[in-house]
Amino acid sequence: MSRKRFPRLGAFEPKLIREALVSSVLKLDLRQQKENPVMLLVEIGGILTTISSVIEISTQKSPFFTIFVSFWLWLTVLFSNFAEALSEGRGKARAASLRQSRTSVPARKLKEESFDATFSEISSSDLRKGDLVLVKANEIIPGDGEVVKGAALVNEAAITGESAPVVRESGGDRSAVTGGTTVIANEIILKITTDPGQTFLDRMISMVEGAERRKTPNEIALEILLIALTGVFLAVVANTYSVSAYSAASSGRGSPASLTILIALFVCLAPTTIAALLPAIGIAGMDRLFQLNVIALSGRAIEAAGDVNVLLLDKTGTITLGNRQATEFLTVNGRSNEELMEAALLSSFADDTPEGKSIIALIQEKTGTASFSPENVTFIPFSAATRVSGAQCGEITYLKGAYDAVTKSVLERGGTIPSDLKGKVDGVATAGGTPLVVARNETIFGVIFLKDILKTGIKERFADLRRIGIKTIMITGDNHLTAATIAAEAGVDDYLAESKPDDKLRMIREYQNEGYMVAMTGDGTNDAPALAQADVAVAMNNGTQPAREAANIIDLDSDPTKLLDIVEIGKQILMTRGALTTFSISNDIAKYFAIIPAALIGIYPQLKILNIMGLATPESAILSAVIFNALVIPMLIPLALAGVKFKSMPASKLFAYNLTIFGLGGVIAPFIGIKIIDLVLAGLMYT
Amino acid sequence: MVTEDLTVKGLMLILFLVVVTGVALPLSSFFVRVFSGELSRGIPGRIEKTIYRFIETNSDTENSWKGYARDMLIFNGIGFVILFALLLLQGFLPFNPEKFGSFDLFTAINTATSFVTNTNWQVYSGETTASYLTQMAGFTVQNFLSSATGICIAIAVMRGITRHSTDKIGNFWVDMTRCTLYILLPIAFIFALILTSQGVIQNLDPYVQANGYGSTGQQTIAMGPVASQEAIKELGTNGGGFFNANSAHPYENPTPLTNLIEIFLILIIPAAMPLVFGKMTGKIRQGWMIYSVMLLLFLLGFCTLYAAELAGNPLLKELNVSGISMEGKEVRFGLLGSSLFATSTTATSCGAVNTMHDSLTPLGGLVTMFMILLGEVAFGGVGSGFYTMIGFIVLSVFIAGLMIGRTPEYLGKKIEILEMRAAVITVLVPGILVLLFSGIALVLPNVTELMKNPGPHGLSELIYAFASMANNNGSAFAGFDASKPFYTLTGSLAMLIGRFVPAVAMLAMAGSLAQKKKVPPSSGTLPTDSVTFSIWTILVILIIGALTFFPLFAMGPIAEHLSMVGGI
Repeated sequence: MSRKRFPRLGAFEPKLIREALVSSVLKLDLRQQKENPVMLLVEIGGILTTISSVIEISTQKSPFFTIFVSFWLWLTVLFSNFAEALSEGRGKARAASLRQSRTSVPARKLKEESFDATFSEISSSDLRKGDLVLVKANEIIPGDGEVVKGAALVNEAAITGESAPVVRESGGDRSAVTGGTTVIANEIILKITTDPGQTFLDRMISMVEGAERRKTPNEIALEILLIALTGVFLAVVANTYSVSAYSAASSGRGSPASLTILIALFVCLAPTTIAALLPAIGIAGMDRLFQLNVIALSGRAIEAAGDVNVLLLDKTGTITLGNRQATEFLTVNGRSNEELMEAALLSSFADDTPEGKSIIALIQEKTGTASFSPENVTFIPFSAATRVSGAQCGEITYLKGAYDAVTKSVLERGGTIPSDLKGKVDGVATAGGTPLVVARNETIFGVIFLKDILKTGIKERFADLRRIGIKTIMITGDNHLTAATIAAEAGVDDYLAESKPDDKLRMIREYQNEGYMVAMTGDGTNDAPALAQADVAVAMNNGTQPAREAANIIDLDSDPTKLLDIVEIGKQILMTRGALTTFSISNDIAKYFAIIPAALIGIYPQLKILNIMGLATPESAILSAVIFNALVIPMLIPLALAGVKFKSMPASKLFAYNLTIFGLGGVIAPFIGIKIIDLVLAGLMYT
Repeated sequence: MVTEDLTVKGLMLILFLVVVTGVALPLSSFFVRVFSGELSRGIPGRIEKTIYRFIETNSDTENSWKGYARDMLIFNGIGFVILFALLLLQGFLPFNPEKFGSFDLFTAINTATSFVTNTNWQVYSGETTASYLTQMAGFTVQNFLSSATGICIAIAVMRGITRHSTDKIGNFWVDMTRCTLYILLPIAFIFALILTSQGVIQNLDPYVQANGYGSTGQQTIAMGPVASQEAIKELGTNGGGFFNANSAHPYENPTPLTNLIEIFLILIIPAAMPLVFGKMTGKIRQGWMIYSVMLLLFLLGFCTLYAAELAGNPLLKELNVSGISMEGKEVRFGLLGSSLFATSTTATSCGAVNTMHDSLTPLGGLVTMFMILLGEVAFGGVGSGFYTMIGFIVLSVFIAGLMIGRTPEYLGKKIEILEMRAAVITVLVPGILVLLFSGIALVLPNVTELMKNPGPHGLSELIYAFASMANNNGSAFAGFDASKPFYTLTGSLAMLIGRFVPAVAMLAMAGSLAQKKKVPPSSGTLPTDSVTFSIWTILVILIIGALTFFPLFAMGPIAEHLSMVGGI
């Protein structure tokens, strides 16, 4: 299978950097900055210090200190803009490639649902919900819709990056098509399900681009904290002016803190680091998801993913490989192994399912005979009604299927149920297998042991999840015995056996009422209500349109295991926010020790004892703090984009760990950084 | 000459804290029973019913947070009007043997605000201004009601955290009645008797004229119903003294024993509140965690203050004055009794004083100021200390929760936009008030004329005044004349905002939390009763306090301290 993903864009690709540099200058527009009030204030500070340095030049005071401070304030704002622009840039590059598939194409709008109905040719942008459209081979599908007639091979590379075509047909769970994808063979009639501008592709583009990015509740809550702190620091700085004026007057020494110093103090205290990087953290999180080929249809969904504490997982495809394999033949009522194998072979030779193939493979392995094709045989395919499959050889019927289905059929034919059958069937189920009962006409020969194969590494994954407090629940149609065994083998916390479609919905509601946040994956139309109810609902891209509409996250690869990655990315975003907030606030301690003695030493010389870093001069001390405050932003951009590494450990340990790194680190780092910058500045000044 | 035997004093302190904890524990169970209505049977039940019939409330219906806040504000508004009228009319009313005239308008506004907000900042001097009627029916009544208000709010906040999927957080009138009837009145009554036994006076006699010793000549000795006011003054962390000298006055606080009893009364309800919380939520460990955070902050403050006072002023040693400086302290209480009182009264929102804080060493004074400016959470004011602490915990939980990769939650309740807003308001508003008002005051002309000691110490005096009002403490650094209309009015504003804005914000938070579901705990939940989280909470409280006031402290007490040790 060839696989062409979207080009992986490194964060620091020269082209992206160039674009980000340009747009960080454009973002200096004050109207754009109002989205980020903290940085808006920093920019106003930059403007004020610039004006005051101009005044100083015209009044022939030495303007260098003010010029330097204002220069670095402008840089602080630019660095912040750059971080945001860089994270947006990656999204924009991806959106551009998606947008190519969105160009308007001609569409055949049908009068009625028939391949030879009359049609009018209109532009895809004029299509409305409910319109019927005919699409032929090598044509681009004009809009999101559902196949109502026919079946076709569709290339969905434009959306998924996957070049292998997929079958889309009317009825069933494979009927959804996406606008912008191409029909490769056959023709189909589809009913348009979305109006222009709201199609899947449109939503995808706007999410990837970050254009419609709304702040999530958690982001807003964090912003409240940041703005409140900023407000407090404004009050502190205003108060510092009054107090220094009073102190200078009453001590008869020094002068009130100057505007430049006050602005420098404010900018250093305000939580600029986190405010500068906050938008980038969210956008970068979306982008990391996108690299996994997952599209979150809202930022809230990713955040909720970090909070999830119950995962509902379908057994098949998520926990086990889709195909079960035959591993053993068990005879009943003293029948010979050969009889059983012959019946199994005849009932399965035309069976194309992975299970059927694995039965034939096992027989070949056991007997060493090559495959054969008996004549005069008609295949009885598996149907949901009979729940058996098999073959008809003249008068003789070979059947295999679930215990109750086969026994029912045998009893109807007047046969009897061997006394040891039930025990064998239960034995297989207890061992986590699926028992297939094999019969010829009214005689039961034995049982085939179909084993579920766990995905590799899935057990470790569940152990990780348990460690971080997430409960996993396996959903399966299997009976209780089988489900219990597989559940134990895979290490899930709980299972729901013999589940019916509405069981999922009921279960999600129950957990939510207890306060849990529930995530699930789904693809079928009957999953849609449960998907709509779940807090995090991941729909497979190959699922039906209702499923995709009910979900808030779409997995383009249709790989249910991804749910686990989504949870991790959700957590990473929150952790990065928390870590950088802690770091940002902890930094203030060192900055105070740099600026306060420098600002007040003229008034109270005894305050030089607070200059614990031994910074060279008051000017160099204040400048060093401002420079450190600015430089720390670009230095943390890689962390903001990549996210704090997620560690699978209990919350208490993780908290202590991150607190040490970002809290304690945040206290210590600026002491070192400011001292180094001061040494450099002092060196420059003296030479 | 006074010296200290540190071992003995240390043991005394430990014994004292053991007694406080030992009493707080059963008291907290009593609180739970009172507010659940378990005691409202028999005779007390009938008294309650009569009261409810009189105020026309149905004790079975509860209110949403808005209703609760509205009732609380109406009740306090009525309290303000009555007290205000009393102050303006006292000259025409009985129980006024000294024939005091009415309060002037600004003093009346300031004083009425002060007693309604549980601040008890006093710009008047009790024994020369207030009639016995004002003291009893005005101040003492408000001492009960304002402290009960604080407790009710705290209880409503606890209900908000405990309940789920409801918008009801209680009935203010019922809580108020039960709190006053079962908790405040009986305890205050018993301790008023105990204080009387030690020499605190309780009479309605005219002032006594006496012949002083030596050249002092005629003296007027003030009388009054002191004991009944003294007990609730401490118990409700009110702090408004009957006399101007407050608890330094021998008729308010005659012996070392009454001194310890008064400190005990200041601390006992605030110390019981976190344990009440633990019992109400069924998370006993959580209650003890908050208790230990409060205790550690308290000990931190006390030890610093005690050490600073023990070290004293090096300049005095150079002048061959040995021993501990007792200037401004009462010799009958000693250094421990004075330091413990000073820490307790500022760490809670009490504001009673037995020591002149103006005379403490710069660092000692810094501690009293810092304890107030931290928001009074080291046990804190009755009720208000607890809910302010919850504000800090919500902030701590928010940042900590993010760091473990979950949207933050506290005891199963998600901390979202509304909770953050309420927490931020509760924690930061008093500090901003202090910064703004002191900033304005300092650029006004002639501010230094109002200070006894211009310079860094004068700055401390001014800051302390606003800190005390905005945080509803009520104690004064003294040395600063805050009786000018600018200060009485800005002070009233600071007291009102500092009291009711956080109170309403926390009720809103309670209302929002009550509606939420509870997230069941798992290993992915941040444990909020762990040692790590306790340390984190203490750090958050200290760092927010330090970041907000560092420049002020640098130019106030720190500059003064450095001058002192540097001999400048």
